[in-house]
Amino acid sequence: MVNTKVNLCGLLLDNPVIPASGTFGYGYEFNELYDINILGSFSFKGTTREPRFGNPTPRIAECASGMLNAVGLQNPGVEKVISEELPRLKECFHKPVVANVSGFSLDEYVEVCAKLDKEEQVGILEVNISCPNVHGGGMSFGTSCESAAEVTKAVKAVTTKPVVIKLSPNVTDIVSIAKACEEAGADGISMINTLMGMRIDLRTKKPIIKNKTGGYSGPAILPVALRMVYSVFEAVRIPIIGMGGISTAEDVIEMMLAGATAVEVGAANLIDPFASKRIVEDLPAVMQKYGINNLTDIIGGAH
Amino acid sequence: MTKQGIFTILENTKLTDNVYKMILSGDTSAITAPGQFINIQLDGFYLRRPISVCDWNESTVTIIYKVVGKGTAYMATLTAGKELDILSGLGNGFDTCASGENPVVIGGGVGVPPMFGVAKALLKEGKKVTAILGFNTKDEIFYEEEFKAIGCETVVTTVDGSYGIKGFVTDALKDIDCSYTCACGPEPMLKAIYNTSTVSGQYSFEERMGCGFGACMGCSCKTKYGNKRICKDGPVLVKEEIIW
Repeated sequence: MVNTKVNLCGLLLDNPVIPASGTFGYGYEFNELYDINILGSFSFKGTTREPRFGNPTPRIAECASGMLNAVGLQNPGVEKVISEELPRLKECFHKPVVANVSGFSLDEYVEVCAKLDKEEQVGILEVNISCPNVHGGGMSFGTSCESAAEVTKAVKAVTTKPVVIKLSPNVTDIVSIAKACEEAGADGISMINTLMGMRIDLRTKKPIIKNKTGGYSGPAILPVALRMVYSVFEAVRIPIIGMGGISTAEDVIEMMLAGATAVEVGAANLIDPFASKRIVEDLPAVMQKYGINNLTDIIGGAH
Repeated sequence: MTKQGIFTILENTKLTDNVYKMILSGDTSAITAPGQFINIQLDGFYLRRPISVCDWNESTVTIIYKVVGKGTAYMATLTAGKELDILSGLGNGFDTCASGENPVVIGGGVGVPPMFGVAKALLKEGKKVTAILGFNTKDEIFYEEEFKAIGCETVVTTVDGSYGIKGFVTDALKDIDCSYTCACGPEPMLKAIYNTSTVSGQYSFEERMGCGFGACMGCSCKTKYGNKRICKDGPVLVKEEIIW
């Protein structure tokens, strides 16, 4: 018997597979298809203080081995997440969940994190300072060491649960930003958010996505994510949740060898609703194939 | 409820210059209402292709699609025997109960196919169904005979007047005694029906989708009843909730 358990920021997960925020809603659509309790955890839809409709459509464009999205943080707002989504989620998911938080100001991050921190079901707060699809917030906090550290410090001051900061790859030096978050008290790093991209419609001769740019995700970005996780692993001591194009159990192993303690599965859930289930189920056999008994043992093994 | 399954192509035939009809065999038990769609995985393409269901029975599903890009161009090359990974039972579909005694089904271009299933369901309920099929020109017309064969009073309109009534579907609709409209087609067509028809109705909308089953929020729209996902809460919206 192989051991797929990992310890993420003090939380013992049955396996390292966590569907990524924005690709799994609040879990219900998937729970209709399979028992989502087989997952290590999942990161729910990015939550802001106010309800948000998000960007105008089209929000989606296809790319080679991936897709662009510019949803723009559509969500019902933190009050409704607490009063409606979490109670409904409680009925189908019985493990601690990752609460993904986004904001347009320091105050907003602080307020939303403080509220979600009090919720029993929340195991980890994942603070998204890297959304490429909103203006005047999101990614702008994640592109400098100073603002990344500022958000981290402010959120840590009002929370008791582990705080993981989700970083953008759209920066010159992700390592220094990760280090700044660690020094500011972050309990972990999750990376990478999507890569900013664009597609243009040859008929209209204009960008396909109404927001013009979108975030590129899917298997195409796996090598970029691996390289960045590998670099950050060498620079920080806090755990990393690795993501970017993970679609198979082999990809999970590869990401963990680069330095991830757990992984998030994103776009794969959208093209195959059973992707995360398949990855969880394939993991033991793939571990056996490569002579891995304890998944924890391989974290950073490529270094 | 969504189901994933492997379907086998039985037939993939050309109806017009760029419109094809594909019949697939597989587990169709997830399809519960006309106007729902299936989402097809294609070799070499990352996102699935959502295509509305034209007709279905216990073991086969018929779709009609237009070649508009690389994905549908690839679909047109597929032949009988090819297996495809398909998500079925997607979307809400049309609720035929509310239609009154003499509903009119209206399809524009590749909006025609789902209306065939709607017409069949309405006829089965014993209603007198008129179908208005709108095309740009004579060469683009398909399924006129099929609508007639199931017992619909069938009217064809062409924008250039090369066949049937010259003009848009609304030019035909104004002369028909109608209790309700069910429509699918380009948004300007749906809007014209909305503005000129005095009766209630249900309209099927189109949007670029990510997942097709309600997870990604890629195809959200605002309605008078709140935000909806075209793929999961739609694609069919009732006239009263639509915000243009």
